[in-house]
Formats: sequence, C-alpha cells, structure tokens
Amino acid sequence: MDPASTLGIMAVAVALLMIGGHFDLSAGVLTGTTALTVGIVAVEFRQNLWVAIGVSLLIALAVGFFNGWLVTRTGLPSFIITLGTFLMLQGLNVGLTKLFTNTVTVGGIDDVPGYAAAEWIFASRLSIAGTEFRVAILWWLLFTALATWVLLRTRFGNWVFATGGDEVAARNVGVPARRTTITLFMTTAAAAWFVGTTLAVRLTSVQANTGVGQELIYIVAAVIGGCLLTGGFGSAIGASLGALIFGMTQLGIPYLHWDADWFYFFLGAMLLLAVLANRLVRRYAEAARR
Amino acid sequence: MTGGGAVAPLLDLRDVGKDYGTVVALDGITTTVRAGEVTCVLGDNGAGKSTLIKILAGVHQPTRGEVLLDGTPIRFGAPREALDAGIATVYQDLAMIPLMAIWRNFFLGAEPTRGRGPFRRFDAGQARQVTRGALAEMGIDIRDPDQPVGTLSGGERQSVAIARAVHFGARVLILDEPTSALGVKQAGVVLRYVAQARDRGVGVVLITHNPHHAYPVGDRFLVLNRGRSLGSFAKADVSRDELTRLMAGGAELDQLAHELERPTA
Repeated sequence: MDPASTLGIMAVAVALLMIGGHFDLSAGVLTGTTALTVGIVAVEFRQNLWVAIGVSLLIALAVGFFNGWLVTRTGLPSFIITLGTFLMLQGLNVGLTKLFTNTVTVGGIDDVPGYAAAEWIFASRLSIAGTEFRVAILWWLLFTALATWVLLRTRFGNWVFATGGDEVAARNVGVPARRTTITLFMTTAAAAWFVGTTLAVRLTSVQANTGVGQELIYIVAAVIGGCLLTGGFGSAIGASLGALIFGMTQLGIPYLHWDADWFYFFLGAMLLLAVLANRLVRRYAEAARR
Repeated sequence: MTGGGAVAPLLDLRDVGKDYGTVVALDGITTTVRAGEVTCVLGDNGAGKSTLIKILAGVHQPTRGEVLLDGTPIRFGAPREALDAGIATVYQDLAMIPLMAIWRNFFLGAEPTRGRGPFRRFDAGQARQVTRGALAEMGIDIRDPDQPVGTLSGGERQSVAIARAVHFGARVLILDEPTSALGVKQAGVVLRYVAQARDRGVGVVLITHNPHHAYPVGDRFLVLNRGRSLGSFAKADVSRDELTRLMAGGAELDQLAHELERPTA
C-alpha cells in the first residue's frame, strides 16, 4: 500500500489540474527539488529542519505560480511550458546538489534539529489492529477527501470543471479562469512539496535524480481514474483508485514471481483501456447534442 | 420618447457608430428596446450585427452617438458592467459547458454559498432546487437537473441559457442568433421562450438573419446592411415580405432572381 500513498497524493493533485484542463510535467521532478531543498538547507546550511521544510514550500509554490502564470499569460499548451520547467529543474537538481555537496546525494537529514517532530508528521509508523502502516496513507485519504469536497461542494470546484470544460464560456459568465488555473498549478506544486518532504524525512538521504519519470505515472493514475485528457471531467477518488491499482499491480507482480518488466506492460494496457472507456463517456455526453 | 407612452425606453440608441481603425463597421444606428417588447436586429453576414451586440454587451465602446439606459446616457467599460446594469447576453455557442450538470451550469459564476470562512461551500441542494424552479417557471421541462448539458438538444440549451439570464434579473436580454443552428421545430421552441421572457417584462434584442423567425415574435425591426441602418420599423409598418426583401438587399435579389432564371430560348 505504501507506494500507492505518495503516488496517490500526487495523482489527486494532478487530477484536479487535469480537470482544470492542464498538465504538469514538472510535478515529478519537483518532488525531487523539494526533497533536495529540505536536505541542502537543513544539512549544508545547518538550519532547523522546519526552516528547511518552509523554504522548500516557498520554492514549490514559486515554481507552481511560475508554471500557472506562464500558461495563462501566453496561452501556450501547458504540456510545453511544464516540459520546459521539468528540464530546467532536472538540471538544477543535479547541478546545485553537486555544487553544495560535491556528490549527487544529500544525506544525514536525521541528524538535524527538528527531525523528531518532522518524522512524526511525515514518516511515522502507526499500527491499527496489528497491521503496521505508514502515516502517508492517512494523509493520502485525507487529501482525497479534501479534494473531493472542494471539487463537488465549493465554488472553486465548480470553476475548475468550467475552466477545464470550456475556458471561454466560463470567462463569459464571470469565472476567474486565470486565477483558477494558477491556483491549480500551485496546488500541484504544494502536493509535490508534501511528497518531497515525506521522501526526505523518511529516507533521510535524497538522490539528485529523485522523482524524474514519475510525472507520467501521476498522469497515468489520474487517467485510469477517469480524468479526461481534454479536461472538464474526472474525480479525485478516481485518481486515488488509479494510484491504488497501480500500487497493487506493482506489489502483485513479484508475488506471482513474474518478471518486473511485465509491470510496464500492464500499466500501458490499463492506460489504453482507461482512455477508451473515457472516450465512451464523452461520446455519451455529447451524442444527443442537437 | 415617441410611441409607447411617457415611459423612457429601456435602451435607446441614438445615431450609434463604431470604427475599427479606418474601417467604418457601424454607422447611424437608431432604435429602441422597450420592456416587454422584442426588438429584432436583422442583417446578412457582415452587416454589423456582431458589432452592435458587442457595443450593447460592453465589449466595445461606440465611436459615435450615444446609448441611453432608462433615459440616462451610459458607457460600459467591460462586459461585467453591462451585466451589472441588467443587460445579459446569450452567445450562440459559448453559453454552457457540455460536460457539467445543468444546475452547475445554471449557477456558474454566481454560485450560492453556505457557511463561513474555510467551510464556505457551494449550496448544491438549493442550486438544484432553484434551477428546477426557474426552468419550470419558464415552462421548460427538464427531466433531471443533474444531467450534463451536453445531453440536451441545441434548443433546450438556448432555453436554459435564456432562463438563466431571466433568473439573474436581466432587464435587457441580448440573444445572438439563438435559432441559426437549429432545425425548424427546435427554433420554434426557442422562440416560444423568447416570447416567455418578453411576457415577463424583459426587453429582448433578438439578433438573427432569418426574417421568418424574427417576424412572428418581434415588435420592432432594425435592418442592417453593411454597417448601415436600412431603417427601424414597428411591426405595423412593415410586412414579412418587405422585411425579407430589405434584408436580402432588395434590388440585388431581383437581379439575382433574374440571372438565375432559366433562359427562355
């Protein structure tokens, strides 16, 4: 269940963004950026871990704002813009880590003041009815519930659907589409910060290439969960289920003593099936147009 | 203030014109919109209908002339200002989000909320109920307000958009080609709701290039051709055939008919 939880937190945020009509390819590498920032500020600059976590959040929100601002400002596809930030962050992650530590890892995060409290929040182990699990699972459930509530029961949620469904129409009736989009990018970045911090605190050392390649898996989980690639439709619970299916497949294949390479085959097959199913939904919704 | 009594008309256009750079898009437009009446704006493609809508909706400002609302000259800087003054515009295809439920669309941008601070939430129960009520008042029978707008027919969608504008207190309702993409039956349904809005005291501006749709429901007809007014007529002063002839450019149509005739050898 554990791999599904960090993936699930990201998948929920990415699902919100996709419902709002955009992609974020920089989300995966941003978990690495935030984890490295936590490590470098805490270990290399000898700050309290909570200061490092705070700095990391500010950087994440800044990246999210930059993505959102550039997308709304230029009207270019978010795919291209965030591909740009993705590559830039990937370079920065390795470059700055080498600059500060002379290696490609930041370690020793557990020796920093404030670690105990951070561990309790981000990486403690709980046990209910004899089964031990990590706290990330609770956070995952909480974020899924929160995202569902926001989507279905708040004005902002209504704006997210509208902005992703038809931005011009939404703006015509007075929806602040630009603000909605920027908020969504910042939410995704904040989720990346949460996951990055969890990784840093849990593993106590961070590799410079952390998170690279994960961005597509978030999108796959969201799509398996029913998000339309074109925006305007999807759910947070669906994205969580997508992450769960993903996690179970990842665990199940070794149990069956199959080669782990088969995992990606199944992932691809599930993605195709999900997209085909989504297309049917959309057809149904648009069939009776006139 | 001529015609229907001492009350100032809702909208009064006096010699309104609009230039885009050196291009004269609209010139010398004079007409009135009264509460509980339908003013039809007729014209072929490129006649200046869209420019006129944009001036009334606050998207553009007129270059010449003035627009009076309740007898007071007004000038809108943004669409929101026009909306706040009670002038609502229903655009042809840009009114609804197909994948969203009817009640979500109905309240989009004006969602009712409940609770305070971080617990402020979209009052979905009330929104559903009000949507159903507002549609029923207009005589629109919706099976289920939870169905996506995409499952409605084009006519039903226009009708919901009209009901929405009326519900949110529009005094002037501008309809941009509401019937142009519809079949005969659907167009009839939409025209019935136009009449319904009129009967509730809304001043309607109906933009169309189809005199057969305009004539039955209209009280006043403004005919545009290449940005200029060919006249603003009360219904009593013009017949449907005259309207059609005017719209098509009169003499030009006769010429065309002549050219298209089979040569009698």
